[in-house]
Amino acid sequence: MELTSEEVRHIASLARLGLTDEEVETLQAQLGDILGHVNQLNELDTGNIPPTAMVIAVQDVVAEDEPRPSFPVDVMLANAPERKGNYFRTKAVLGYET
Amino acid sequence: MSYEPVIGLEVHAQLQTRSKMFCRCSTQYAGAEPNTHICPICAGFPGVLPVVNRRAVELATRVGLALNCEISPSSRFDRKHYPYPDLPKGYQTSQYDLPLALRGHVTLGDNGQQRRIGIVRVHMEEDTGRLLHRSSPSGEVYSLVDLNRSGVPLLEIVSEPDIRSAVEAREYVTKLRQVLRYIEASTGNMEEGALRCDANVSVRPVGQAEYGAKVEIKNLNSTRAIERAIEYEIRRQIEALESGDGVRQETRGWDDAAGVTLGQRGKEYASDYRYFPEPDLPPLTMSESRRGEIHRGLAELPDARRERFVALYGLTPQDAADLTLTRETADYYEAVVAELREAAPARLAANWVRGPLFGLVNRDNLAITDARVSPKLLAELLRMLHDGEVNATAAREMLEETYRTGRSPREVAVERGLMQVSDASALGPVVRAVLERNPKAVADFRKGKQQVVGFLIGQVMRETKGTASQDTARTLLLEELSGSQAGAP
Repeated sequence: MELTSEEVRHIASLARLGLTDEEVETLQAQLGDILGHVNQLNELDTGNIPPTAMVIAVQDVVAEDEPRPSFPVDVMLANAPERKGNYFRTKAVLGYET
Repeated sequence: MSYEPVIGLEVHAQLQTRSKMFCRCSTQYAGAEPNTHICPICAGFPGVLPVVNRRAVELATRVGLALNCEISPSSRFDRKHYPYPDLPKGYQTSQYDLPLALRGHVTLGDNGQQRRIGIVRVHMEEDTGRLLHRSSPSGEVYSLVDLNRSGVPLLEIVSEPDIRSAVEAREYVTKLRQVLRYIEASTGNMEEGALRCDANVSVRPVGQAEYGAKVEIKNLNSTRAIERAIEYEIRRQIEALESGDGVRQETRGWDDAAGVTLGQRGKEYASDYRYFPEPDLPPLTMSESRRGEIHRGLAELPDARRERFVALYGLTPQDAADLTLTRETADYYEAVVAELREAAPARLAANWVRGPLFGLVNRDNLAITDARVSPKLLAELLRMLHDGEVNATAAREMLEETYRTGRSPREVAVERGLMQVSDASALGPVVRAVLERNPKAVADFRKGKQQVVGFLIGQVMRETKGTASQDTARTLLLEELSGSQAGAP
């Protein structure tokens, strides 16, 4: 399974990764191998098997709408690389507002 | 060449649950300190196990039913990937190819001119966190992340590209908001961000079957912004086509202050979101019986209620539309009618609710449920008016006093001498005094000028500060006039 270098760069940009030309080349081969490996599964005839989103037979797992206390803010921010007051602080990502 | 706009709207509505979509953090974060309503689930920590909020599914199903959708017997969550710091997991838990509800419609306008706007789908997802963009004194730009909103249940309602004007887009959102509020699924409050809207706008030459290049407009935070932004965008696209530049498929943001849309980024394609089934959330099923149960629990919808008001209470379509604008107003009106027990016409009640009472609550920016004039007090007032105990001018004065103080209208009328005087023994002396002071009018009447009676009634009303019963005054005047005529030499 061959990926083009453009495809690799596109995927990298979706993940906000900057790649050098050498890295593109390496990943082009590695991602191609992974795709090829997964594609082997497509050789199986699954015509008689209904599609599933779940590998275990459970459905309708729900909880009642009853609020419970949240975590203390200091616990939640304990591993933040940077904080400012009670906020997480990150580099600005502009031009991608949702 | 003339062009036709083609518009579809994506509306996001926060569902009115107490806890979040996949964890039990409270949704009541308004005014709270940042990041005080979060836990490892809604903050996207690895290794956690989200669990679907049952109430959110019920509310979403209500919305699907109210919008005439088919409810899927089985639906599923998917991961929608995009990297932005308001989304701590790097993906949004959403629904993709198996949404909760499909293929519905909303009807705009009234019986006179109806337009049906198709609904493609209604699906459940989670809200994102909020970012504040800042810059340091050295000029470094950074963002502050507050995840209190992250994980609040969100509904996405996608319309068909059936909308043909900016005004119609505003009407569609207004209608949607009305329905969401009636069934208590969402507050629909756009200022607070509980209802948000993106618009897909394209234009094409009239008669052309294919759509033009589609532009998505974001940041539409009021119904007025929706109308203005779409109007602007239609004009911009037509100009771009006429000048030969063409329209590029892209996402644009609405700048409300400047009144323009600005290019943001090239549009993602669905494949860029790399959707795949959410492995942490088992599929949801909806049995016929559960669906029926939710359907039966659905409040009467605005259209049905409006039509019932016309048929049952004999209201005009406009009166019925005004009184069913919100569920609270419709409930108030029906409570007044119930209190009246047919002692006064339902139409009289309609006139007084949508006239003088709306006037007062709108002046003070009050909800009708907060007015001190309870349905019972208004019914008391209307009964007095209908029975001729007070006239319309007095009734207005009573309404204002009751609105201000919550006092009984009858008490106010008695205290202020507003009760109509229809007692002949009380009005007789007034009538005789008026005739004595107006010999010319009496003479005119004798010459056959019947219309002076109106003038004389006016004089009696003035004398009694408007409290005289006009009917009694007329009868007494005619009696006196014909009596004095007979007795004339």
